[in-house]
Amino acid sequence: MQAVASFKRWLFRLYGPEAAPIRLSQRRVYVLPTRAGLAFAASLVLMLTGAINYNLSLGYALIFLLAGLGLVTLLHTFRNLVHLEISPGRVEPVFAGDNAGFGLQLHNRRGQSRFALELKLDGGETQACDLAAEATTLVSLPLLARRRGWLRPGRVTLETRYPLCLVRAWSYVEPDMRCLVYPKPEASAPPLPLAANGENGGPRGGRGSEDFSGLRSHQPADSPRHVAWKAVAREQILLTKQFAGASAAQVWLDWNALPQGLDVEARLSRLTRWLIDAHSRGLAYGLRLPGRQLALGQGAQHFQECLEALALHGL
Amino acid sequence: MASKPAPPLTRTQELWLLACAVLTLVPAIQPAPPWLAAALILALAWRAWLWWRRATLPPRWLLNLLVVAGSVGVFLTYRHLFGKDPGIALLILFLALKLLEMRRPRDGLAVIFLCYFLLLTHFLNAQGMEVAGLALAALVVITSALASLAHAGSGVLAQLRLAVLMLAQALPFMLVLFLLFPRVQGPLWGMPVDAYSGMTGLSESMSPGDISRLIQSGEIAFRVRFEGQIPPQPSLYWRGPVLGNFDGRSWRASLAREKVGLPDTATSQPVGYEITLEPHNKTWLFALEIPASLPAGASLSREYLIQARAPVRSRLRYAMQSSPGAGHDPGESAVSLRRYLSLPPNNPRTQALAQQWRREATDPEAVIRRMLEHFRQESFFYTLTPPLLGENSIDEFLFGTRRGFCEHYASAFTFTLRAAGIPARVVTGYQGGQRNPVDGYLIVRQSDAHAWAEAWLEGRGWVRVDPTAAIAPSRIEAGLASAMPASEALPFMVRADFSWLRQLRFRWEAVGNAWNQWVLGYDPQRQREVLSRLGMREPDWQAMAAAMATLCGLLLLALTAWALRKRIRLDPTQRAWNRLSRKLGRIGLARRPWEGPADYARRVAQARPELAQSIQAIAGLYVDLRYGKLNGDAPSQRLRGLVSGLDIAVSK
Repeated sequence: MQAVASFKRWLFRLYGPEAAPIRLSQRRVYVLPTRAGLAFAASLVLMLTGAINYNLSLGYALIFLLAGLGLVTLLHTFRNLVHLEISPGRVEPVFAGDNAGFGLQLHNRRGQSRFALELKLDGGETQACDLAAEATTLVSLPLLARRRGWLRPGRVTLETRYPLCLVRAWSYVEPDMRCLVYPKPEASAPPLPLAANGENGGPRGGRGSEDFSGLRSHQPADSPRHVAWKAVAREQILLTKQFAGASAAQVWLDWNALPQGLDVEARLSRLTRWLIDAHSRGLAYGLRLPGRQLALGQGAQHFQECLEALALHGL
Repeated sequence: MASKPAPPLTRTQELWLLACAVLTLVPAIQPAPPWLAAALILALAWRAWLWWRRATLPPRWLLNLLVVAGSVGVFLTYRHLFGKDPGIALLILFLALKLLEMRRPRDGLAVIFLCYFLLLTHFLNAQGMEVAGLALAALVVITSALASLAHAGSGVLAQLRLAVLMLAQALPFMLVLFLLFPRVQGPLWGMPVDAYSGMTGLSESMSPGDISRLIQSGEIAFRVRFEGQIPPQPSLYWRGPVLGNFDGRSWRASLAREKVGLPDTATSQPVGYEITLEPHNKTWLFALEIPASLPAGASLSREYLIQARAPVRSRLRYAMQSSPGAGHDPGESAVSLRRYLSLPPNNPRTQALAQQWRREATDPEAVIRRMLEHFRQESFFYTLTPPLLGENSIDEFLFGTRRGFCEHYASAFTFTLRAAGIPARVVTGYQGGQRNPVDGYLIVRQSDAHAWAEAWLEGRGWVRVDPTAAIAPSRIEAGLASAMPASEALPFMVRADFSWLRQLRFRWEAVGNAWNQWVLGYDPQRQREVLSRLGMREPDWQAMAAAMATLCGLLLLALTAWALRKRIRLDPTQRAWNRLSRKLGRIGLARRPWEGPADYARRVAQARPELAQSIQAIAGLYVDLRYGKLNGDAPSQRLRGLVSGLDIAVSK
C-alpha cells in the first residue's frame, strides 16, 4: 500500500501543499475513458465487425465518424479542465464533528465557459459547478472535521466528464490551506463552575450602576431590565445591555480545577462547552491551561482566542 | 466511496432521447415484420404520451413480460434468434422497451448505444445518399442527447451546437480512417441467406411483351467507363441471357452450364472498359459482345454468357475487354447444333413459309437476307404497345398483327430460321446506352433492354442478326426515342424533350455514380488504386496503418493546439500595470508575483526616491481603477499616460 501511495504521488506529481494560484497546466491534467467510454469503444469494435462482414461502406463511415467523435471528446474534456486556476478561499473554523468548508476560488481565464466541473476532497462530498467565460466562482468543499487542531484538506480532485460522459479528465491539487478545528463541546457537561471559582467567581456588588459597555444579543436568561428597548425599536431584535465591571459575572475556566480522572480531550471538550456557555451568557471569562493563561475578557475576539488555545493545546 | 444515486432524467434529456429513438426507429419500421412494426409504433406513441402527460413509467414486471413476449414473437417469426434479421428485430424490441424504462442517465446511455447499432443496421437495406443524410441527422441528434446527459444545465441550442461542432471536428478523422483503414474483402463469415427480391432486369425467359414492359423502367442496369472512346452506338450490344428453347410462346435459357475458354479474338482490337453493375440477383454479368477477358472468379458459358459464382446482390464492379463485331465459334458440332433447330409443332404457316424460302435460296445467308427484306418491305411496325398474341404467336404476328417490339421480331426471326433448317437462338441483353456528359460514364438502363437473334453459319460461327435494325434502324443507331412515333408513351428518361430536366437528372446521376464509385465501392482494390495515385508506393496494410496512425496523430496534435489555445484578454488597465513592471524591470525593480500595488510602490520608492511621487500616483490610480472607486475609459487612459510618461534613468 505504501509503495502504491508513493507511486501515485510520483505519478500525479503531488509534492505537498502548493502555492497559490495553482494553474492546471496540461501536464497535470489526466484523461481516461469512463466506463461509458469503454462501452462506446466496445460497441464500435462490434459494429466494425458487422460492417466488415456485410461490406457496409456507409457502416465504415459511421464507425469512423464515431471513432473520431471519441477522439474529439478526449480533447474537449481535457480542454474543459486545463488551464483552470485555483486559489484558496475562506476557511471558517469549526468544531470537531462538524463539516469544515474549504473555500476554493476557481478562475476561468479563458474566453469560453467551462461546464460540469466536479470537485471533491478525499473523503468528502462532490461539489459541481459551472464556470462562465473569464469568471471566478467560489466552491466550498465539505470535509468532516474529526479531531481538533489544524485540518488540512489534503488532495483535491478536480474532474469533469463534459461534454459527452465518455471521457473523464481529472487533476489533483493540494492547495495550501487549513482549517482550525475547535474541540467538540461536551454534550452533557456540568454547569459553569461559577460558585466553584471562589476567589473571583460569582456575581459581585453593584446594581447596574457601572459603565455601560455595549450590547449583545438577548439570551433567555437575561433580566428584562437589561433589555435595550430603544435598540429593540431600532433593530427589531432583542438586545441586552452589557455593563462593564461588577455587574458582569466573571469566571475562570481552569484546566487544573477539573476532576482528576478526565483525560486531555475530555478536559478540552468540557472547557470548550463552558467557554461557549460563558460567552453566550455574556460573562467575563479567563482560561487557564497548563503552561498558558488567557486573562479575563469578553467579546468575539477573546472568545476565538480562547477557542484557538483549546484547539491547539498540546499540538 | 459512497456515490449518490444519479438524478432522474430531466424532461429535456428525455425529449432528446425520444428524438434519437424516433429518428433511428422510423426507418426500421418498414423492413420489420408487421407485428413488430405495429408494436414499435405503439411503444413510441405510448412513451411520447407518457412524456407529454408527465406520467409514471410502466412497472418493471410488465416490461419484463413484454421482453419475453417480444423475443418469443421474434423466434416464431424467424425460427431462430441469431442472424441478421432476428438480430435487428431484437434490437428494435429492446430499444422500444428501454424507452419505457428510461429513468436515469444510465438508461439514457443504453438507449444511445442501441441507437448507434440500429443506425448501422439501416445500411443493410440501403446505402444511398439520402440514407447517409438521414443517418447524419440522426447522429447529430444522438450526440446532442449524449451532450445533454453529460450536462443537463445547458440549453437545447447549445447542446445542438456542441454536437455539430464535435462531429465537424470528427470529420477529418473519419476521412483519414475511411481512406486508410485497411479494407478486407468481406464477408468474415458466411453471409446469411436473405431474400433478395423486387429487383428488375432480364430473366431466363422471354415471352411477347416482357421486354416492352421492362423498358418502361428508367432504372439503371449498369454503368460503363470506357478506357478510350465510347464505340459507336450500333456496336454496343451488351450480351445477356441466351435463349435457345422455344415452346411456341416463350423462349427459355438452356440449363447447360458447360464452360468454355475465351474465344480467339486476336483478329480485332479489343476495347477495354469497366462495368459497375447494379444488383439484379442473377448470376450473369453483362459485357459487350464478344468478351475477350473475364472478371476474376467468373466463367464463360458455351453461349458466351459470363457467369459469376453467385447471384449479384450488391453493386459489382469489374474490368472487361471485348472485341465488338467478332464472330465466334465455341466448337459446335452437328450434335450440339441440333438443339438450336428444334421447334414445337405449332405456327404452321410460318413453318411452311420458311421451308419455301429455304428451297428457293442458295445458301442460309440468302434466307436471312430474304427474311430481313420481308420485314422491311411488308407493313411491319415497331411499337411499344403491340396487340396481345395467342397460341400460335409467331403466325399471328407475321401474318396478322404485324406490330411488335424487339422481342416479337427476334422471336419470329429465330423461329423462321430454325424452320428453314438454320440453327438460331435469341439473345437478350441491352443495346446502346446514354453517355452522361457530366462524368463521361455510359449509362445503360432497363429501357435499353433489347432482344436480337444469332444464326449459325457454316464457316463463320455464330453471327448476330438484329431484325429490329431492319424495321427500325434508328433504334439501333440513335436509341429508342428516335425509333418511336411521337404518339407512343415512352418512359420519361428515354424521351427527347424536357432536355433541361434530363440535364438535371444527368447531374444527379453523376453524383449518385460518384457516390457509388468512391464511397460505396471503396473496396480493397479501389483503395490500392487511390492510395497509389496519392503517392503511396506500396499500399500494403502496414504502410496504410502507419499512414493512418501518423495522420490521426497530426490531427490530434492540431486539435490539442486548439484546446490549449489561450485567449487571455487583459483590459487596458491591467496591460498598463504590467507594462510598468516591465519598464521598471530594466532597472531590476520588476513586480514580484505576490506583491500588491501598495507594497510594490513602497519598494520602488525606497529604491529610487526620485520616482517615488510618480510611482505612488500610478499605484494609487491603479488601485482605484482595480478596486472599484474609479472606472471608465478616462482614468484608465490617464494611467496609461502616466506609465508611458514615466522616465527612468537607466544609468545610475
